[in-house]
Amino acid sequence: MFIFDGRSIPHDGRQSVAAALLAAGIRSWRSTRVEGRPRGVFCGIGVCFDCLVTVNGVPSQRACLVVARSGDVIEPQDERRERT
Amino acid sequence: MSTYDLVVIGAGPAGLAAAVTAADAGCRVAVLDAGPRPGGQYWRHRSGADAHSHTDWAVFAGLRARFDQLHHHPDAALWFVESRPDDVGPQFAVHTHSTVVYGRRLVIATGAHDRVVPFPGWDLPGVVTAGGAQALLKGQGVVFARRVVVGGTGPFLLPVATGLADAGATVVGVYEANDPVRYARHVGAVLGAASKSTEAGRYGWRMLRRRVPYRRRTAVVAAHGDEQLTGVTVAAISPLGSVVPGSERHVGCDGLAVGFGFTPQVEVAVALGCETFMDRDGSLVVRIGPDQATSVPGVYAAGEVTGVGGAKLALVEGHLAGDAIARSLGRAEPLRAGERSRLLRIRRRLRRFAAALHAVHPVPAFWPDLCDDQTLVCRCEEVSAGAVRQAVRELSAGDARGTKLLTRAGMGWCQGRTCGYATACLTAREAGRPVSSVDLQGHASRTLMQPITLADLAGDD
Repeated sequence: MFIFDGRSIPHDGRQSVAAALLAAGIRSWRSTRVEGRPRGVFCGIGVCFDCLVTVNGVPSQRACLVVARSGDVIEPQDERRERT
Repeated sequence: MSTYDLVVIGAGPAGLAAAVTAADAGCRVAVLDAGPRPGGQYWRHRSGADAHSHTDWAVFAGLRARFDQLHHHPDAALWFVESRPDDVGPQFAVHTHSTVVYGRRLVIATGAHDRVVPFPGWDLPGVVTAGGAQALLKGQGVVFARRVVVGGTGPFLLPVATGLADAGATVVGVYEANDPVRYARHVGAVLGAASKSTEAGRYGWRMLRRRVPYRRRTAVVAAHGDEQLTGVTVAAISPLGSVVPGSERHVGCDGLAVGFGFTPQVEVAVALGCETFMDRDGSLVVRIGPDQATSVPGVYAAGEVTGVGGAKLALVEGHLAGDAIARSLGRAEPLRAGERSRLLRIRRRLRRFAAALHAVHPVPAFWPDLCDDQTLVCRCEEVSAGAVRQAVRELSAGDARGTKLLTRAGMGWCQGRTCGYATACLTAREAGRPVSSVDLQGHASRTLMQPITLADLAGDD
């Protein structure tokens, strides 16, 4: 289990954060800087940077590449809030 | 500092073939790869147990078995590459987060990623690239949505749809924007690559078995939803390639996998100054000679970066590159002359097939008409099609550089990887001229190829 936004999310030890979130029915975890629009996985292979999350306090990690580990604290990224 | 004979960038089919061929001839080889396991996008897998779901797994197993003679660096995305020739000859320094690797020769085998063009709603959660859907399935064991539409163009849509259906998703439909009946005009090229047609037939059979409807000359023209995807509009495409008015209908779904062919990752080649050109499919690709050498001494390229053509072609090009490099370093010839000429023949045949494929599955000309002024083109910087058009019309941004500077399209996190093609096309179209390789180069130049921290920079030599 890792913690996403206060919620416990299961993973199989090999899965990316994005895969575990999708498997848990979570489709989006970032809101964009300008319009505050929701984003989740798009390219799935580390190219598009749409799926950014904060992992254990380190911001802007690609959820599709980071392997989920038990005890990780993953936070959604609200970029509009961070700007102001 | 030790210098390898060869540094291969990318551990997909082309990179693996180049690496083992050169290593067999006694070259000291390092393979750098962004992924955790070798295989690239084509042989993406979770463990050896996934072998049954892959075509050509035996080929991969054969290459991997010869792997212990070379140095494989997984999770080593490179962020900078430089040419440092000395008295001995060409030498390259390849910088990754963890290490700097030096080599006398370089093989660029960085492959390709999905090419997607914008349409209204394409930024909604639930819309993924076809390759993304495949990567989640094969690499992660996750079906990205329950009720899925697959759309775009090209043969890659078929394995994506059948894979999702086999894994339990309801695939509502596969919508191919072009007309595969046009393969009939390329009979010679298609027959020359018989195994490819057999493969297509196998997917066709699996689609029938899973009752997946396949519609040609049909396109997804919009995605709908508020916070996430709830449905798409599909429409018929006329034989002349425009949307048939009145043919639109709504299809409910929570997932859309979309792809319009592939964009080769040529930034390493561009950074080193290798000559590039616009291929028949509209992609910027690296120009190579008969032995896979680029215009820069010591730099070779193999696989999708030289023109999108699939894994079999990538393998052949990789073997030829590894062979040419071993010979250029004065090592034992890895390939016998007969084998070399056989590979050259196969390369010619597969390139003909790729050309036919590009002719049958172009990016449909109608896509810019789908983009109203509100449709996002650049997802990272949230730049709309209207803003790009306005920059060209009112602010005289006639080229990629102008559009980038005035709108920030292509200047965000992904550095134009996702929107570069579309922005280049929209800019050229608005300026009233065809898109050129110069437009594409403007969006393919990334001196720093990955986001890096100041600590990375400080720790680098």
